[in-house]
Order: sequence, then C-alpha cells, then structure tokens
Amino acid sequence: MNIVVCVKQIPDPAEPGSLDPGTKTLKRATKLILDESDSYGVEMALQLADAAGGGEVTLVSMAPNNEVSGLRTALAMGAAKAILISDPALAGSDALGTAKVLAAAIKRVEGADLILTATESSDGYTGTVPEQLAELLDLPSVTFAKHIEVSDGVVKVQRQTEAGYDDVECPLPAVVSVTAGVVEPRYPSFKGIMAAKSKPVDQLTIADLGIDPSQVGWAGAGQEIVSVEQAPARESGEIFEDDGTGAEKIVAFLENLKVI
Amino acid sequence: MLFTDEHEMFRRTIRDFIDHEINPHADEWERAGMFPAHELFPKLGKLGVFGIEYDPAYGGLGADHSYTVVYGEEFGRCATGGVAMAVSVQTDMATPALHRFGSHELKARYLAPAIRGEMVAAIAVTEPDAGSDVAGIRTRAVRDGDEWVINGTKLYITNGVQADWLCLLARTSDEGGYRGMSQIVVPTDVEGFSVSRKLDKLGQRSSDTAEISLVDVRVPITNTIGEIGRGFQQQMAQFQNERLIASYMATGQMAEALRRTGEYLQQRRAFGKALIENQYLAFRLAELVAEVDLLRHYNYACAEAIINGADQLTITKMASIAKLKAGRLQREVADTCIQFHGGIGYMEETWTARYFRDSRLLSIGGGADEIMLRIIAGLEGWGKL
Ligand SMILES: Cc1cc2nc3c(=O)[nH]c(=O)nc-3n(C[C@H](O)[C@H](O)[C@H](O)COP(=O)(O)OP(=O)(O)OC[C@H]3O[C@@H](n4cnc5c(N)ncnc54)[C@H](O)[C@@H]3O)c2cc1C
Repeated sequence: MNIVVCVKQIPDPAEPGSLDPGTKTLKRATKLILDESDSYGVEMALQLADAAGGGEVTLVSMAPNNEVSGLRTALAMGAAKAILISDPALAGSDALGTAKVLAAAIKRVEGADLILTATESSDGYTGTVPEQLAELLDLPSVTFAKHIEVSDGVVKVQRQTEAGYDDVECPLPAVVSVTAGVVEPRYPSFKGIMAAKSKPVDQLTIADLGIDPSQVGWAGAGQEIVSVEQAPARESGEIFEDDGTGAEKIVAFLENLKVI
Repeated sequence: MLFTDEHEMFRRTIRDFIDHEINPHADEWERAGMFPAHELFPKLGKLGVFGIEYDPAYGGLGADHSYTVVYGEEFGRCATGGVAMAVSVQTDMATPALHRFGSHELKARYLAPAIRGEMVAAIAVTEPDAGSDVAGIRTRAVRDGDEWVINGTKLYITNGVQADWLCLLARTSDEGGYRGMSQIVVPTDVEGFSVSRKLDKLGQRSSDTAEISLVDVRVPITNTIGEIGRGFQQQMAQFQNERLIASYMATGQMAEALRRTGEYLQQRRAFGKALIENQYLAFRLAELVAEVDLLRHYNYACAEAIINGADQLTITKMASIAKLKAGRLQREVADTCIQFHGGIGYMEETWTARYFRDSRLLSIGGGADEIMLRIIAGLEGWGKL
C-alpha cells in the first residue's frame, strides 16, 4: 500500500519564536524541524504499510528555502522518499494556497492509496488544509482519526468525537487526518538517520507543478492576519476548601462553566 | 570537530528520548534507589546507543567516535545522573574490552545482547582493599580443567544489582603487581554469585551500586576476554573510554546547569533588579561558561585523537587530563549553581540539590583526581608517584 503523508516543517517550538511585525506571521528564517503533530501521521503510515506487507510512504512538504531538516527526520523514521515544494512565490500562502500546492504535488505520486495529514499544524493551527486537500483532489475526507485499518480497498477509521468515537468506512483513495497522540512515534534510530541521507527528496518549484504564482503566496491569499494581540495573562484559579461540601461546590462550578 | 546534519539528528533523537522516557521518571527512580534497567535498556538498544562504535556483525552501528561524543553530551542532560552513569557503564566501561579483545563466541553470547539492551553489564574492578591501586586486587580465579574457579569480593559495582554479566578483573596467577591478571565475563546467574549489599549513596541515587561476593564461582576458561594474564593492560585501555565518556557527559551536564542557573537569575529579583544584573553573578557564570567551553573543545581534541588512531599513551594522557578537569570543574559548577539559587537551591524540590550530590562523584569514580595527576606526572617523566 502506498501512503502519502503531508508533513509541515516548523520553527523549533523549544526556541523562542517571533512574529514579523510587517506580515504578522511567524518568522521562519531559522532551521525548521518536523512538526510533532505530523510525526503521528508518519508513524501511522509506517505501521499501515507494515501491516499491508509492503508499499511506500512518501512525504509531501511545502517549506521555504528548500528546508529539508524536518523531512530528514521523517525519512529517518522510515519514510521512503519525499517531495519538497519550495518557491519564493509561496511566502504568505494561506491555508487554501497551501492545499493547492500540496494537492498538485500529491497528484504526482503514482498509485497513492491513502493520504494522511495531521488535524492541524502546531504553528499555523488553521485546521482546514486536510479538508481543502480532499476537495481539491476530489477524494473523500475523514477527520480526527484515532485508529485506522485498511482492507480490500476500504479504510476503516475510528473517528474521535467529543463523546467517544464514530466508526467510519470509506473507499480508497481518501484523505484522513490523524489526531495527535494516537500512536507513539518511533525515535529515528541511528541506522534510520544514516539511511535517510541517501533517500530521494524531489525538490520542486510551483512552475514544476504548473501553478500560477497569482494563485498562491501573498498574491493568492484570501485570508489576511489583520491584528495580533497578546494572549491574556492567566488568572489565578479558584480554591475550594473542603468543609464537607467540596463535591457540591465543584459540581456547581462546573455547571456554571456548562461543562457538565 | 565537524558535526554533520546526521550528528544533529542523532543528538535530537537522544534528547527527545531523554525528555520522554527518562526525565519524567527521574524523581521516582531516585526515590526507589534504582531505575528499571531491563525496561529502559532495550529501548535504548533500538536507538543504537549501546553499540555506537561496535562491529555491525554484533548489532553495532560501526560509527566513529564523534557519535559517542554526541551521545555523551546529550546524556549529560538527564535529570538524574545515576541513569547517565548506568548507561555509560554499559557503553564505555564494561564492554569496550570485550569488543576489542573478546573471541567471536564470547561477543555473540554477551556483547550482542548488551548492544540490543537485553542484557545489563557491569564492570567489576574495585574491591574493599583495592580501588585506586588496581594492582592490589585479591579476587582470584584458579584454573580447574576447562573452568575458572573464582573467589573474592567486589565493591561499589554500578548496575551490580541488576546486571546479567560482569566484566571482572581477577588474579589468575601469582606473578603479583601488574602481571597475572585477567578479564573474565562472569554471568550473574551462576552458583556462588551473590549481591551481598545494595549500597546507599550520597548521590547518583537512581543507579544501583552493589557489593558482590563470589564464592567458588565456576565459569568456562573461554569466558576470558583476550589474553590470559593481560587483564590489567586491557583494563587500563578500557579505563580511557570510561574517563572520556565521563568528561563528555560532564560538559553536557554543566552547560545545561549553567543555562538553567542563568535563566533563574534573570527571573529572581532582589534589591530592585534581577539577580543577573549583579555583575559579580553574571561574570562568575560567564567565567564558568568559558571553562566548560574550553573543556568541550578539549574533549573534541580527544575524540579526534581517537578517530585518527593516536597511540595509547597519547590517549591515556588526554583522557586523564579531560577527566581531571571535568571532575574539578563539575564541582565548581554545581557549587556555584546551588549558591546562586540561594535557599531554594538547597531544597530537594529544586534540581540543584540532586545535581550537587551527583556532581561529587566525578572526582572519585573512574580513578580519583589524584590518580589522574599521578598518571599525568608519570607521563611527564616525573616517576611513579
Ligand atoms: C558511585 C560509585 C560507583 C562506582 N562504580 C564502580 C564500578 O562500577 N566498578 C568498579 O570497579 N568500581 C566502581 N567504583 C569505585 C571507584 O572506581 C573507586 O572508588 C575509585 O577508584 C577510588 O578508589 P577507592 O574508593 O578505593 O579509594 P582509595 O584508593 O582508598 O583512595 C582514597 C583517596 O586517596 C587519594 N589517593 C589514592 N591514591 C593516591 C595516590 N597515589 N596519590 C595521592 N592520592 C591518592 C585519592 O584522593 C582517593 O580518592 C565506584 C565508586 C563509586 C563511589
């Protein structure tokens, strides 16, 4: 089974990041790493390919400056190859622009049975690319997968909901977004790291994909970040002394918040 | 030394592993006085940590020594020094001689599972009456047909409670002095082997340290590592790995400790300003950052010497210098970190307290500072002091 995983390469969350005051977007001039949200999709894909007894996992990523560090991590985990789209014209792309580019790249992967994504990226957080991608590829979309099984051209997904999960089935190929934390991503081993050095990364521009520059980047963005505000400081919590009525007080508090 | 992207990825793998698989358990393992080696080691085995420079025929990675530097520096960041020490016993103290001098059968039986992390190894040199003076050991292995019959006591043996086998140094003839010793692999499930005591320690508390008793323990003569009678010399070579990894780990540990202390001094306020705005504090930390950086680059010089195949005397001198300086600097750094934290630094809930205890070992274990000075003085031609 051949699986495509869309992976984002993001600034290391451990390093203090900053916003460009002009564009109000995250500065990305630093070395990028594999978004942890995507490591679950990569792991899921590797497990599914294993269970199917073969097939390739192909990564697709759009990133500035031909950045490959994050891709190398996913290749070291075991993915077979990668497509990287990097083009100055892509700066400022919104979610839809990103989806157009990823969709065009995915079309180049022959015989892709399944396309996995994260539910949202850790830096941009729009959470809309997977569905846009499915629409552009004219494929069914299943979201928030916590468990995936494939048999006889059908993907069976446990789709996480607030109350539990739905069992969803759909024909392949399909686009499935994987919830963070549902599998334990393997650590890239030394052997994997060394093997990743020689795995192919196909570096493309938007011209290679036949995309018009006016469709992507700042030019094509239908979304704009109008203003940015500091997150409000966290307020101090409320402390209940348990004088025998502690449980009732907590219930009343939670009812007030409408969480129960 | 040139670190490539692959080095950096290996560094990140180890860092992530420590953050997820070790540090969250550090407090619990410290309290228990032991970490679960048989749970942790197989996971580390999968990453390749136990066989970085070893022959792929036994599951090793066949990488060069620069990757050992990366592994060591990162393991310095463990929130409990005991685990880092235990791991380094397996990588650089109990197995190098077996890899270098052991027979194929012995390596297949004991090295390969240690590389996979399925077997836990320990190094057993020190005895109640012989520590610094290794030539004074009394544990004796007497030949009986195809077997050694071993009697003796080993003390302060790291991993000793959990180990599956020991790299044991014993007297195998009456020649005395540096002659007539051999290194023998002793599995711990043999009759006559017992852990007499699990020792209580000042620091490195997550690591189990044992006193071990050997009474008429029988192992095949073929368990001898390398040549019979060359044990002392082989062990002296093995000590160089031990001293270098200790220095690599120390630089990682010290850099992290200074970073965290700097961070705290930026937050803590007194006399109307952040503590770090006192030039004395900032300069003192800066001085230590400089010293750690010098040591780091000395470590890199040691590593290059190894990669370039320097002779044993050169490596011995460099490893002794690195270990000496690392031990002394570690004490200074730990003392300064606790001092600049003030009262909170003395509290068990703050990392500085554990670090202070853990840091004290480096100047004693693996050859005390004075023994390093003795070696360096000897190599300078000033005699056996
Ligand atoms: C936590 C811990 C873990 C250990 N793990 C292991 C292990 O896994 N395997 C193992 O075999 N051993 C292990 N050891 C033992 C360690 O290597 C010895 O403690 C160390 O070599 C010192 O030996 P000693 O304790 O017998 O001190 P001694 O030899 O009694 O020396 C005491 C002190 O005297 C001074 N001194 C000694 N000789 C001289 C000299 N010639 N000139 C000037 N000063 C001198 C030094 O300051 C030295 O610290 C461990 C020890 C500790 C504390």
